[in-house]
Amino acid sequence: MYALNYVKAKSVKEAAGFLARNPEAKLLSGGMTLLPTLKARLARPTHLVDIGHLAELRKIAVKGGRLLVGAGARHHEVATSAVVKKAIPALAGLAGEIGDPQVRNRGTIGGSVANNDPAADYPAAVLGLAATVVTTKREIAADRFFQGLFTTALEDGEIIVRIEFPLPKRAAYSKFHHPASGYAMAGVFIAQTAGGVRVAVTGAGPGAFRWTAAEAALANGLKPAALEGVKLDSREFNNDMHADREYRANLVRVMAKRALAKLSGKK
Amino acid sequence: MNMAKVTIKVNGKNHTKTVEDRTLLVDFLRDELKLTGTHVGCDTSQCGCCTVHVNGRAVKSCTMLAAQANGASVVTIEGMAKKDKLHPIQRAFSECHGLQCGFCTPGMIMATAGLLKDNPNPTDAEIYKGLEGNLCRCTGYINIVKAVKMSARLLRGGKR
Ligand SMILES: Cc1cc2nc3c(=O)[nH]c(=O)nc-3n(C[C@H](O)[C@H](O)[C@H](O)COP(=O)(O)OP(=O)(O)OC[C@H]3O[C@@H](n4cnc5c(N)ncnc54)[C@H](O)[C@@H]3O)c2cc1C
Ligand code: FES
Ligand code: FES
Repeated sequence: MYALNYVKAKSVKEAAGFLARNPEAKLLSGGMTLLPTLKARLARPTHLVDIGHLAELRKIAVKGGRLLVGAGARHHEVATSAVVKKAIPALAGLAGEIGDPQVRNRGTIGGSVANNDPAADYPAAVLGLAATVVTTKREIAADRFFQGLFTTALEDGEIIVRIEFPLPKRAAYSKFHHPASGYAMAGVFIAQTAGGVRVAVTGAGPGAFRWTAAEAALANGLKPAALEGVKLDSREFNNDMHADREYRANLVRVMAKRALAKLSGKK
Repeated sequence: MNMAKVTIKVNGKNHTKTVEDRTLLVDFLRDELKLTGTHVGCDTSQCGCCTVHVNGRAVKSCTMLAAQANGASVVTIEGMAKKDKLHPIQRAFSECHGLQCGFCTPGMIMATAGLLKDNPNPTDAEIYKGLEGNLCRCTGYINIVKAVKMSARLLRGGKR
């Protein structure tokens, strides 16, 4: 591991102050993405500001029709939380499908959402459930938060504090795991929300996106048959050694149908 | 480069060392404490050879800084046996031939301990999923799965 300076923040406020004074510093949460990135010399921050241990970031609760998940909640905590399982079982299920047990014991929702890996799972849920990303500076709607490949609306020094998920009527996630890494080759999150049906796709394109044609097709009933022939623009889909564009496009359709099957109680 | 004092309880005993901030937990264990049972297979968070428990949860110690574990309680493979008596999971791996070269075994055993804590009686599918973070290049996993099943029986107080 290359040279670095480590700072353990005593509070979110102190971390925010430190970031404001040190523009080249970076937050450290679970470290499951950032530490490998440093080892690969893909980033060279002056300081790592650790917020992974802060209890103020680990709260999980339901309040006013919303599920609030602290940015520091680990994947394992979300997967096994009785509160999450009751409020949005699909979100608990998604967290339990991330990586492997060791990764889930360290990795956090805030780190995953901030990182916005195109194959990450949480962005599909945040987008599919029309969640709000609450930061130290403002509240950002999911539709504005994710801006493509590893890019988000976060400004320098802005810290995600929690994610607020409006409770859906029902929701389901289906993911095709990359057999080695566990990341999503394609993952589809479908939710029936107060604002209508939302379909969010991860893994296939350069970042999570809403499949609006499918949303329109499902507006009159969450039936797999409604997806037949629905347009899916795959021109910008990832085309790499793991899978080509056409294969990913097909996976998206299959995962969407599986998510619908879960919604109707069929496996 | 920054150095800092780090105190970590390892296998029940507190150790305080002054280390560089970049020190990984696995390097703290291997280089500072000479606990070389925890292995480094990939150094890229893939293989699970470096698995130890931090505050009761299995983690990959190549992907955690010693500074992040400051104040925590860590259990390594060296902390599993009681004097000359193997831990039931070690016994099961030995009896089931759950290893060939043995390089992955410390990590497999620590991951198994983590799995069985959450799920004392896993099915085959749950074992595959529970050991997803650990790679073995020798065994083909069949005897590892057998060893996990025997471990579960032994830990539940049953017979081999
Ligand atoms: C072997 C392996 C398999 C994996 N498989 C999957 C998978 O299947 N699906 C999946 O989705 N992910 C997977 N991951 C990634 C994992 O989920 C990471 O935990 C996650 O992407 C990052 O979370 P973290 O807490 O570890 O963040 P860190 O690595 O600590 O940080 C990641 C980035 O986010 C920033 N950041 C952290 N917290 C905040 C915050 N509160 N506010 C603003 N910025 C912040 C950091 O500065 C950094 O840039 C895998 C990782 C590994 C090592
Ligand atoms: S050495 Fe840590 S996961 Fe391979
Ligand atoms: S026994 Fe050789 S790597 Fe597993």
